[in-house]
Amino acid sequence: MTGLIEPKSIGAPLERLEGHAKVTGTAPYAAEHLAADTAHLHPVQATVARGRITGMDTTAAEALDGVLAVLTPGNAPRLAPGDDPELAVLASDEVAYRGQIIAAAVAETTEIARQAADLVRVSYAELPHDVELRADSAGLYAPEVVNPTYPTDTTEGDPDGALAAAAVTVDRTYTTPMEHNNPMEPHATVALWARDTLTLYESTQWPHGVRDTIARLFGLATDQVRVIAPYVGGGFGSKTIHANTVLAAMGARAVPGRPVSFALTRQQMFSLVGYRTPTIQRIRLGAGADGRLTAIAHDVVEQTARLKEFAEQTAVATRSMYAAPNRRTTHRLAALDVPAPTWMRAPGECPGMFALECAMDEMAIACGLDPIEFRVRNEPEIDPETGLPFSSRNLIRCLREGADRFGWRRRDPTPGVRREDGWLLGTGVAASTFPVFRLPGSAATVRRLAGGRYRVQIDAVDIGTGAWTSLAQIAADALDVPPDAVDLRIGDSALPPGSVAGGSSGTTSWGSAIVDAARTFREKFPDPEEGDEAGGATPDNPDLERFAMHAYGAQFAAVRVHADTGEVRVPRMLGVFAAGRIINPRTARSQFIGGMTMGLSMALHEDSVMDVRFGQVANHDFAGYHIASNADVRSIDAIWIEEEDPHVNPMGSKGIGEIGIVGAAAAVANAAYHATGVRVRDLPLTPEKFLR
Amino acid sequence: MDVEIGLRVDGEPHRLVVDTRTTLLDAMRERLGITSPKKGCDHGQCGACTVLLDGRRATTCLALAVAHDGAEIVTAAGLADGERLHPIQQALLDHDGLQCGYCTPGQVCSAVGMLAEAEAGWPSHVTADLSGAVELTDEEIAERMSGNLCRCGAYANIVAAIREAVR
Repeated sequence: MTGLIEPKSIGAPLERLEGHAKVTGTAPYAAEHLAADTAHLHPVQATVARGRITGMDTTAAEALDGVLAVLTPGNAPRLAPGDDPELAVLASDEVAYRGQIIAAAVAETTEIARQAADLVRVSYAELPHDVELRADSAGLYAPEVVNPTYPTDTTEGDPDGALAAAAVTVDRTYTTPMEHNNPMEPHATVALWARDTLTLYESTQWPHGVRDTIARLFGLATDQVRVIAPYVGGGFGSKTIHANTVLAAMGARAVPGRPVSFALTRQQMFSLVGYRTPTIQRIRLGAGADGRLTAIAHDVVEQTARLKEFAEQTAVATRSMYAAPNRRTTHRLAALDVPAPTWMRAPGECPGMFALECAMDEMAIACGLDPIEFRVRNEPEIDPETGLPFSSRNLIRCLREGADRFGWRRRDPTPGVRREDGWLLGTGVAASTFPVFRLPGSAATVRRLAGGRYRVQIDAVDIGTGAWTSLAQIAADALDVPPDAVDLRIGDSALPPGSVAGGSSGTTSWGSAIVDAARTFREKFPDPEEGDEAGGATPDNPDLERFAMHAYGAQFAAVRVHADTGEVRVPRMLGVFAAGRIINPRTARSQFIGGMTMGLSMALHEDSVMDVRFGQVANHDFAGYHIASNADVRSIDAIWIEEEDPHVNPMGSKGIGEIGIVGAAAAVANAAYHATGVRVRDLPLTPEKFLR
Repeated sequence: MDVEIGLRVDGEPHRLVVDTRTTLLDAMRERLGITSPKKGCDHGQCGACTVLLDGRRATTCLALAVAHDGAEIVTAAGLADGERLHPIQQALLDHDGLQCGYCTPGQVCSAVGMLAEAEAGWPSHVTADLSGAVELTDEEIAERMSGNLCRCGAYANIVAAIREAVR
């Protein structure tokens, strides 16, 4: 990589540029782009898990005063064939999962639309369904690749032989439940079809991707579709594109000239916008008497949908994490009659590192070693998976820095011996990791404005990450101006293309494009005048072939478990991360502790309970699906160590949006073991699992 | 059935006709275009729609508009005086107690309502002394703010912001 840019604004704790609009509630989210004549859409969802629609009576719905259109498989516009069956909305009579969209009502108000949807009468020919993931599910298969393009299985050396010969072994199975992303802003679209163009105000992590997909499905040129997303209320992987956006566009097509709003209800989000697959993970570790790993085997069983395959890369982090000469990872899928799983914050790393880091804790104890010392002994010198050197890897520094700050060195490893007012106390540690992803396809323009200001344009999107602020800082340094001289435009597909806000890749991908545009501008216009403009794109990075690039971290948790009730509380968490240069310490800390808080939530609460009789999530709202609330979080902090990495990108930064959730639940589970002596290997850590 | 009601929102009087099924939240968002209160769950489970309703914090998705004819509502937009933010709002910015921002207006209104409750001596689940004045420890703040969910995980910064604003 040539030349890190000189950090001036980068590294400054700038306040969120859009903060004022957010604390007053005046920042407009998708569903808030309403006009006086906006119509509202409400979907009809399948009430069987598998089968065929044999009849649909829309008479009563259509007769209701205020109803503008009722869309059914019989009258919906035919979509162009696509490669995503989830988006083939109203395309057939087949029902592939309960909750699938099978019709919709468009009406003058939300109340009328909902009433009309309720009035649609549907009959089905039901087929037997299977919605339950089991380790011995019939028809487990190996996908061609796991998300996005990793090999499904890997083997190095002779793991079985090494395990048989190992002085110390651990062989355990860990499970994580189905979890739903649940951003606070429900997925929403306001769609307007007018004069052969379609405008979508959309709650999305990828305006350009939505534009391209919708254009293809509806047979439009890409410049006939515009997707606008200035503010997005969280996504966590669920806001790529799902059937709801396609349906909103169909609704708009049914009432041309009128905007149509479709905001999902919280309940609908449990069947329409993806989730994290449940996982069943068997981990086998072998070590010598010296505490050095000789074998790692990580075998994963998880689910996908019969309708559409999504193969979570659960064991991929295990391939690069520790230096055992004999390693195996496998992924097997059960294709069920369920909605398709998708990305949820750190897909792969998050559930996979829960299992691996709990197993590492168990193995450290089996070897009689401190869990930090055990990890230090198994630190690889080069990436075990690729054989490449790491561009930078500071896991051990994170572990040691965290140990000092957390007070780890005074820790007595004996489990179940610290008691205070009826509570058992313990502490735990786990490692975090996340790859440095760089996505192709971003471009940016820089234009000189009056008064020495610059307009910087790219279809990036801020889903809460702080991109509005951090991209302005990057542009400022790339142009060598103060950040308030940058007029940043993002969140609109009319701007130069941006890649998805996912995989913690935004800053790397968009920032590199901005830096490229700024460099081109400065070369072309040494004495710039108003109106001068230059463009750039995310350049190839030859160092990707030469180095393994990952961020690392160490997470520490203090846990108390009530001796009588089994209630688990987490009074303290500390994360120490090594993620290259930090663009904005204020928003970065929020990203880290936000991920850790979601990890705490995963550890203690989150569990989408599949009702196997009906094929739906029984606890499909916030009363039943618990996420961490304010009272669950006490002291939680994140710090980072200085890390210079000239290979990742011109900013020297690594993605930080997801690493905070990786390892957090393992740290909590390891601490709960230390508190109680009870090893819980199945998330979430609910009270009954600690009562024996 | 439609009914005409009056609402005063952030000092502005409004006359509007609502379906008797319309919630106060939808009346504001869809009829009046007042979108500072957010819809996160529509079931009173997330707190994103919190406003000050006749002086007290309330989830407007659980209130029917027709039942609040003549109500006085203050949203997060109304708590700011133009460019000058309410101290709670300023503290949230100072402590980065927000990320995506969708729960934030509800957090703001809830915090303002919560401070008045504490000032009036209302105890919470974690209040040890039910008779004395309420001391707003971090534990009290977190407990009293737990009706407002934040999926981005800004809780620690929200508590820090309120702690400082109280000082």
